[in-house]
Amino acid sequence: MIENLDTIEKKDLFASGHRACGGCGQALAARMVADASGENTIACVATGCLEVFSSPYPDPSWRIPFLHSLFENAAAVAAGVEVAYKALNKGPVNIIAQGGDGSTSDIGFQCLSGMFERGHNVLYVCYDNEAYMNTGVQRSGSTPLGTRTTTTPGGKKRLKKNIPLLAADHGIPYVATATVDDYRDLQRKVKTALSIEGPKYLHILAPCPLGWGHAGDLTVQICRLAKQTCIFPVFEIREGKIISVQKVPVKKPVEEYLKLQGRFRNLFKKGTPTTDVAAIQKIADGNIERFNL
Amino acid sequence: MLKQIEGSQAVADVVALCRPNVIAAYPITPQTHIVEDLAEIVSEGRLKAEFVNVESEFAAASVVLGASAAGARTYTATTSQGMLLMNEVIYCIAGMRLPIVLTCANRAIAAPLNIWNDHQDSMSVRDAGWIQLHAEDNQEAADLHIQAYKIAEQLSLPVMVCMDGFILTHAYEPVDIPDQKQVDDFLPPFKPTHIVDPRWPRGLGLYADPRFYMEAKYIQHRALEKSEETIKQVSADFRRAFNRDSGGLFKTYKLKDADVVVVSMGSIVGSIKDLIDRFEAEGKKVGLLQICSFRPFPREQIYETLKDKTNIVVLEKSISLGRGGILASDIRWTFPKGEKIKRRISSFIAGLGGRNISLDDLRYMVEKVEREPVELEFLGLRQEIIQEKDL
Ligand SMILES: Cc1ncc(C[n+]2csc(CCOP(=O)(O)OP(=O)(O)O)c2C)c(N)n1
Ligand code: SF4
Ligand SMILES: [Mg+2]
Repeated sequence: MIENLDTIEKKDLFASGHRACGGCGQALAARMVADASGENTIACVATGCLEVFSSPYPDPSWRIPFLHSLFENAAAVAAGVEVAYKALNKGPVNIIAQGGDGSTSDIGFQCLSGMFERGHNVLYVCYDNEAYMNTGVQRSGSTPLGTRTTTTPGGKKRLKKNIPLLAADHGIPYVATATVDDYRDLQRKVKTALSIEGPKYLHILAPCPLGWGHAGDLTVQICRLAKQTCIFPVFEIREGKIISVQKVPVKKPVEEYLKLQGRFRNLFKKGTPTTDVAAIQKIADGNIERFNL
Repeated sequence: MLKQIEGSQAVADVVALCRPNVIAAYPITPQTHIVEDLAEIVSEGRLKAEFVNVESEFAAASVVLGASAAGARTYTATTSQGMLLMNEVIYCIAGMRLPIVLTCANRAIAAPLNIWNDHQDSMSVRDAGWIQLHAEDNQEAADLHIQAYKIAEQLSLPVMVCMDGFILTHAYEPVDIPDQKQVDDFLPPFKPTHIVDPRWPRGLGLYADPRFYMEAKYIQHRALEKSEETIKQVSADFRRAFNRDSGGLFKTYKLKDADVVVVSMGSIVGSIKDLIDRFEAEGKKVGLLQICSFRPFPREQIYETLKDKTNIVVLEKSISLGRGGILASDIRWTFPKGEKIKRRISSFIAGLGGRNISLDDLRYMVEKVEREPVELEFLGLRQEIIQEKDL
């Protein structure tokens, strides 16, 4: 089913003309995921920006079967599709549950955890734009320390949940992270995941120009900076072991990433970094050590 | 074959005969025996199905939603708190027109926590767009499941079979369990009308803006209204195939010359019939209208049946707090305002949280409405434990 892992797939299975903002990282990512998985795929999508900008009746963007139910049950719905295929002796088919970070890390986490624990042959993709964007940029469990959102006007005081590692701790066979600036890497991970039997988890950093407060044409650059500052480590875990890490030979200070985005403006009162910037640098340093970046 | 079995076992046996492909459920008293029995049937290989042990009722409903959308015949069961946890998915299933069958082992809702029977749980989703059928006894509970699949799949509407928790689910009664061939002859294999399948890529569960949403709801409403015909037809076909009366919109008992008519649903109708027989021996004419189909609510046919009756009393195990009896409200709405005929419609709430309803209670109720109409009364209320300061 999976052809060459390293070729870039452009099949237009997620058509343009949808209603995402210009430069939306999630729109890019959803297209890459659909094209990498191919026609023989069923997408089970959670409520959120992606669902809203891509599936208005009567003209959805999806050229693969698309199933939306609620905000917090994409993983369980996908599990249902999977068991139906088994019971009916149909398939094989790629079943991909997809949701935003809020759906994945907060309200839908129970369904996700249950799907992992039961071992369904489903790939779950999380588009992480680090807040509830669809409802107007409120904080989620995946919002990083110091981020200003409409419900954390003074900056978030708590850390970002680490969903990829929580996923890996379920003992599932494959967990990976990716960013939308690297088409080849992201699609390779989708294809790798789909070649593995059992539950898989792919966590994609997907900048949101509207919620992050940056120009639409900076999406790619911001992803690169997230990696270069080691704020967002890119890796793969197979059967609980880290099998690949994108090394960062030249590491940049986190300020370079933070300063481009309006959501971190609080951190640079009168232009000088606050103690929170030092705390964020510590998180990046922790990533360097943990993943040997 | 006639078997002396527990109600839950009867339902499990019959559901298995309906050959669901996917079963997902989460344990909650008094529904547990049904899914335990099904788990055993599947593990023994008597039914080839995927049995999914989910982490919550919310997931159970979501799994059967996904499975049904992928073309499987599906089954789930719940009650009480589980039904409330499912609520969001219950609406979604109906809106997506998925023919899922669910058993509600009717139980009260917290707080206070209470595991015993009343109808508050299924009432909490009466407006969701599901057909709701209430069983009188375990034979009917079993039979209704066979009919439910037929109705659901014919109309692309979900069906909830309601049976009283403990009173039916845990009662041992003789139940005639049909054989596989009888059920296969009655219930054809599921031919889904709209599914997710890469061979015909399409979207299910798209969002509808104000230009389309109202029509979607109107169509759903009309489909439910029209399902009355199918519910009647399937019950009639069932009678022909299995030789017994089960299901349909409602049934009546000694109604013809009755001076007082009791309207009710669920297992309590058995006691009401006993009482009616006793009254008859005493020379008093009391009749019964027992609802099977609470949704759709067969207003016109109930009207036709009761239009000459001037003294009606509704007995129910549910209440809209701050408003009154829910079934009573529907029965009062059944009769147009400004009728020439002077009609009394009384409302009694009984059996909440498993409170026993004795024959004496029922006798008191009938004798009271013979004397005067009752706007709303809680039957068997223990006034002595209610303090003035709490009211
Ligand atoms: C049960 C429920 N609660 C709340 C909502 C409102 N809601 C819809 S989308 C959303 C936020 C989505 O956030 P996320 O999952 O991160 O996706 P994003 O829009 O950011 O891509 C919220 C709160 C809902 N649809 N359902
Ligand atoms: S708000 Fe953000 S996530 Fe939503 S469509 Fe716009 S850019 Fe994309
Ligand atoms: Mg988000």
